[in-house]
Amino acid sequence: MDNKTLLIGIAVVAFVTALLRFLPFLIFRGKKQTPKIMLYLGKVLPFAIMGMLVVFCFKNVSLVQAPHGIPELIAAVVVVLLHLWKKNTLLSITVGTICYMVCVQYAFV
Amino acid sequence: MHGTLFLEKRMKKLLKTVFVRTLPVMAGYLALGIGFGILAKSNGIGVLAVAAMSLFIYAGSMQFVAVGLFAGGASVLTLALTTLMVNARHLFYGISMIEPYKDMGKIKPYLIYGLTDETYALVCTGDVPEGFDKRRYSFFVTLFNHFYWVTGSVLGALIGSFITFDTTGIDFAMTALFITVFVEQWKSTNNHAPALIGVLSSVVCLLVFGADSFLIPAMLCICVLLLTGKNRIESREGRVNG
Repeated sequence: MDNKTLLIGIAVVAFVTALLRFLPFLIFRGKKQTPKIMLYLGKVLPFAIMGMLVVFCFKNVSLVQAPHGIPELIAAVVVVLLHLWKKNTLLSITVGTICYMVCVQYAFV
Repeated sequence: MHGTLFLEKRMKKLLKTVFVRTLPVMAGYLALGIGFGILAKSNGIGVLAVAAMSLFIYAGSMQFVAVGLFAGGASVLTLALTTLMVNARHLFYGISMIEPYKDMGKIKPYLIYGLTDETYALVCTGDVPEGFDKRRYSFFVTLFNHFYWVTGSVLGALIGSFITFDTTGIDFAMTALFITVFVEQWKSTNNHAPALIGVLSSVVCLLVFGADSFLIPAMLCICVLLLTGKNRIESREGRVNG
């Protein structure tokens, strides 16, 4: 692949990505008062999006094939319980990730 | 003299706080970035182009997809449409950040440019550490994350083949970050309808449309349900608060 093609490719992907990120702001630019419906969405969307992102992370987990999503389940439960108990983000993430790494590297190979 | 010293101290404190909060993203971005660098390099993309991709595209999953598309000689139209599909969720982040990012001044374009999944997870809660300026806080969170991603990618392209430590599974740090934010949000309210709508719509769409194409239907579902249920969701909110 030559440099020119690569450069054009990068520019296209970068442009469309940025466009998607900027679009909502561009549409509602200049309006002093954000429409009520957008205020409502702005309030409830973060909750729905975070749920969607969690599902997104598990999208390639197969329940049919071994290890049947068990490493993911164990690690996710560890993160949730630890977080409810200690309320320390860094701790929950570190322990959960180590848990998952041990699972996929040693326990469920 | 005293004033500048005070400011310097506050700045140090802010940077330290941002660093600690972005540590999970650092772990994930370095690991994923290195993975990306290795993949790109093995597909004939040079270090400079790898750096350019991470700096300018700055969208993890799309960059992995793009390497395959570049290598396969995909057309400009294919590239644009694929990017549209894979990254459409970013529209959502924008919609929900219109209000919080309203008065961000000069740095606003950069904040929007750098609004990745992980940055969104850190800024969407609007939870700025006590006593810190929201603008500066958001700016440094965005900048640090961007820096981790570019650094990881370049490292991967340069020295990826020398890494012998088995990092399999380290990308779970991202998943864990989203789960902790989800838990925090869940506990912050008694109105769980939006969170449940998000999870259930996504699960149903994942089962129906499959892993590669469920995001856009899921987003549509979420929007329709949130909008049609507006009155019920808001009245619940009112009851809870009132």
